[in-house]
Amino acid sequence: MTLSPPPKAPAKAAANGAGIRARLSRARATKPGEIYGVPGQGNTFWLSVASVLVMLFVWWLVTALGLVKPLFVPSPQSVLAKFVQIWNQGFTNTPFLEHVSISTFRVFSAFILACLIGLPLGLAMGMSPVMRGIFDPPIEFYRPIPPLAYLPLMIIWFGIDETSKVLLIFLSMFAPIVLGARSGVKSAAIEQIHAAYSFGATRWQVMRHVILPSAMPEILTAMRVGIGFGWTTLVAAEMVAATKGLGYMVLSASQFLQTSVVIMGIFVIAIIAFAFDLLMRFLERRLVPWKGRM
Amino acid sequence: MSLNIDHVSVIYPAADGRPPVAALSEIDLTIAEGEFVVALGASGCGKSTLLNLIAGFLSPTTGSLTLEGRAVSGPGADRAVVFQKHALLPWLNVLDNVAFGLMLQGVGKEARTRTANDYIGLLGLDGFQNSPVYKLSGGMQQRVGIARALTCDPKVLLMDEPLGALDALTREKAQELILKIWGETGKSVFFITHSVEEALFMGTKLIVMSPRPGRITHRFDLPFSRQFQSGTPARKVKASPEFIALRETVLNIIFADEEALE
Ligand SMILES: Nc1ncnc2c1ncn2[C@@H]1O[C@H](COP(=O)(O)OP(=O)(O)OP(=O)(O)O)[C@@H](O)[C@H]1O
Ligand SMILES: [Mg+2]
Repeated sequence: MTLSPPPKAPAKAAANGAGIRARLSRARATKPGEIYGVPGQGNTFWLSVASVLVMLFVWWLVTALGLVKPLFVPSPQSVLAKFVQIWNQGFTNTPFLEHVSISTFRVFSAFILACLIGLPLGLAMGMSPVMRGIFDPPIEFYRPIPPLAYLPLMIIWFGIDETSKVLLIFLSMFAPIVLGARSGVKSAAIEQIHAAYSFGATRWQVMRHVILPSAMPEILTAMRVGIGFGWTTLVAAEMVAATKGLGYMVLSASQFLQTSVVIMGIFVIAIIAFAFDLLMRFLERRLVPWKGRM
Repeated sequence: MSLNIDHVSVIYPAADGRPPVAALSEIDLTIAEGEFVVALGASGCGKSTLLNLIAGFLSPTTGSLTLEGRAVSGPGADRAVVFQKHALLPWLNVLDNVAFGLMLQGVGKEARTRTANDYIGLLGLDGFQNSPVYKLSGGMQQRVGIARALTCDPKVLLMDEPLGALDALTREKAQELILKIWGETGKSVFFITHSVEEALFMGTKLIVMSPRPGRITHRFDLPFSRQFQSGTPARKVKASPEFIALRETVLNIIFADEEALE
């Protein structure tokens, strides 16, 4: 068999070496300590700071130039002023921090409940076909339904006090937490499991020492996703006969067209959720530094 | 201790529209106490299947497996496995990985740390006790895997291409190390490799396998590892005329097999 000569690259591209196309189709060169080709690596902190500053500036500019009425978009200063005022005087006769703490309590008690029930259930569903067979239909059935749709049912069944609020938030994070734990069970390589058995491990030991630790990254991600759903459902939960809470604050302010309070409430919710997410990311780095590395 | 494989066949059932695969057919093999059996053969001829069978991860479709007269019905601490890859636990450091088997068997922390340290030293990993395993090189990870299996003090050591990822020099050192440990402990070993030279040098018994269906086509008794143990340097063993002649014989068998496949 004769070999045909390899196809030649177009002479032009070869001539000016680093042509634009050649550069775009290759991964960027690495800095010392980085690994070539890792998707999306690089520090984004300062870029994010700049992005936030630019958005704040645009917001300020739009309001300062009077392009939109304050009723629709109040200026940053007035939102800040509102914040200071509510911080000092409270909102509807309740101190600001009480609004914050009651909402945080609702989200976190639902979160703890969802983890306590959802994580073991998800692990059990991953491990046992019996559990999976039983619990898969109800969870898959309710999972895609928006919480607002079953909110009326919650009220009919559990009344209008704390129970139905916490339960609504609980349901919104329960499904993602169960599903995360369930798929985490699949993370262990079969070689890791076999190795443990060949050293005399029992089924329980394999579960405890191999399957559970290797599911940790997915469990932590599921918890992160879950609590995110919790914060998004908070406002819906506080639509019902609430007299306190950040969601209540936003909703009742909107009824009186106090746009600056609405925006401030949104910011406060976002900041608390973001702070918690940072905490989860920190935990992730501490607990599973090996994530994706073996 | 001896392991008996008697007329064993394994057929992987049909799945996803693929026909059933006859991975092993009519295998007869005995691994006597202290024997070092090496399996060689083209890719897909059923070497790993045979190892999984011995380890107890698979049951034979027909035939029987017995260990010291008792039927093999599942994995157990008497048969430790060294895998080619993906088998260390990245959330544990080197020491805890090596001590993992002892921990599962309920050995106290102090005792298992001592034993683990012995094997860590033996495999040249001293000083890395506290390193996370995912930061080690491939060759070092492989040595952790070997140390981990040895600490369990199994009767049979099952190794599936344990040295495949190593560079030539480290590989030769690891070969000698495994032979040394094998000589000192008198364990039975079942060892899979793709390197003819490695197979000849290490085994006391060589089986050559052929695919479709997977079966043992040739068996050789090998003197070379004993020669090495009685003091002949490895290079000299590998350069001896008998070694080279046998290497050619085995290579011819394997090439003939591969050509028949194409
Ligand atoms: N779980 C499985 N299901 C179906 N077929 C399988 C399975 N595992 C292996 N086989 C088939 O059985 C045959 C033997 O596989 P095996 O892994 O034992 O080969 P091997 O000799 O170890 O090959 P290699 O040297 O490449 O590791 C192959 O044809 C393979 O496709
Ligand atoms: Mg194999």
